[in-house]
Amino acid sequence: MSVEENLKHKLESRFPHMKDTVVVQRTRRMSADVAQERFFEVFDYLINEMQFTHLCTITGMDEVESFGIIYHLSREGEIVFSLRIHISHDNPKIKTVTGYFLEADAYERELNDLLGIEIEGLAPGHRYPLPDNWPKEDHPLRKDWKPESEVDHA
Amino acid sequence: MHNSQDVKVPFGPQHPALKEPEGFLITLRGEKITASSVKIGYNHRGIEKACEERTYIQDLYLIERVCGICSHSHATAFVQAVEEIAGLEVPKRALYIRSLIGELERIHSHLLWLGVAGHEIGFDTLLMYTWRDREVVMDILALLTGNRVNYGMNTIGGVRRDITPAQAKEVLKAVDILEERTKYYIKIATQETTIIERLSGVGVLSKKDALKLGAVGPTARASGVARDVRKDDPYAAYGELDFKVITAETCDVYGRTVVRVLELMEAYKIIRQIIKNMPEGPIAVRAPRKIPAGEAVSRYEAPRGEDFHYVRSNGTEKPDRVKVRAPTLANVQAVSKMLEDRYLADMPIVIAAIDPCFSCTDRSIIIKNSGSKNSKTIPWEVLHIQSIEWYKERRGIDFSGLNRKYAKGFKI
Repeated sequence: MSVEENLKHKLESRFPHMKDTVVVQRTRRMSADVAQERFFEVFDYLINEMQFTHLCTITGMDEVESFGIIYHLSREGEIVFSLRIHISHDNPKIKTVTGYFLEADAYERELNDLLGIEIEGLAPGHRYPLPDNWPKEDHPLRKDWKPESEVDHA
Repeated sequence: MHNSQDVKVPFGPQHPALKEPEGFLITLRGEKITASSVKIGYNHRGIEKACEERTYIQDLYLIERVCGICSHSHATAFVQAVEEIAGLEVPKRALYIRSLIGELERIHSHLLWLGVAGHEIGFDTLLMYTWRDREVVMDILALLTGNRVNYGMNTIGGVRRDITPAQAKEVLKAVDILEERTKYYIKIATQETTIIERLSGVGVLSKKDALKLGAVGPTARASGVARDVRKDDPYAAYGELDFKVITAETCDVYGRTVVRVLELMEAYKIIRQIIKNMPEGPIAVRAPRKIPAGEAVSRYEAPRGEDFHYVRSNGTEKPDRVKVRAPTLANVQAVSKMLEDRYLADMPIVIAAIDPCFSCTDRSIIIKNSGSKNSKTIPWEVLHIQSIEWYKERRGIDFSGLNRKYAKGFKI
């Protein structure tokens, strides 16, 4: 059994609710969807028991009906595991992972600035990457945001 | 911990120490830094959003301009992701050419860094030497690709230009010259006492902190973390090439210097293997205009560390999402750690030692959709007026007297 298949098996036996969601895309690439309320138990398991100790980045995307958030974790010298949650589009809110990875600070500020996702527990700090005078309600990576709207604020 | 002796000093976004905009707010007690915070984002250009409104091929050229120095890194990371989604089998010769340009880019970037590092510690002779030598590799890049930066070598499915035997000979000649020069730099880095004394014990990042803060590239490797995407997650031709991952245990700026200089030697070794073993055959396969629905993650060891791209397609000719995480963003947290309890005078070299690239990090001025009829751009005067007002309001400095021609536009 390959390392990837082995990990898939372990994940599915530990978290029965993840059955059929863990995908081995190719060597060194895996992904899985998980419900938002079960996210931290799986995230914690991958980090603390499966040694996924590097957070490559966090990708956020507007899926129109929801927001998708992908945590790209990697195991030293090996697999990149993309763990995805979908959150409500009306009231997008997630909890910070800076308790696990300090570098997530910038990635989470990006989610907040570019997509308007509220990050619970994120320490106060500068906004990133948009300028300080950028309107708070404008989130450029949302699909309904069009570039010309910026001109009104210029 | 606030103390009446503490002084807060804003450093940037425009300042003489580094050539890119980034703002630091440092708290000083005497000459020592007790706390620091960094503000970046001044180079945010909305590239990720712009990618969603353009075709894959247009995106490739846009992505290549995320950064002038590691342009090939970003372009390769992007095409790799798109090729994976489309299920394209890229010809081996193309993969070798990608690695060749990648290593040439690493050489020019590391030599550039070495010069900047020399400059930051007042060793400008080193800057003159390395930048002169860097011209050798710039000439080779121009010979192979037609450009000194933004090479335009990649295309979805392969590369756009082949390497001729005559060009290969020129590459080898250049590598010989550069290797000779690099041996001289190794000698300087390991024997020149001013360098050793100035850089040792400066900007310390322990192995534990490097791992905890997610450091990448030479910054991580100089703290003993053998993290290198070329080995960990081989792409292009790296799976077939023999090279060492250079690490250092000193965990300081000195270690970061040694790692980069020795990496130059590995780059020469890699280039010689590529030229010797480059397979014959086509350099590209035809790629569809519409990319089938799917997603892919792609990693690339840029000169500064792991460059991470994520692409999601929806079956059309334009991507649904393109995400770029450049190496500097991963190293920003580490910089705050390195500055803790250090002298103010060490700040420029400590920051320079991660080889920061904020243009890359901030990627993404707002997109001017010049093709569409709704397009509008922010005129230069408006930007100028905004900046004058900003300073007046936020910093209490009034530049309006010097800029009377804009007087009509001032609100405050």
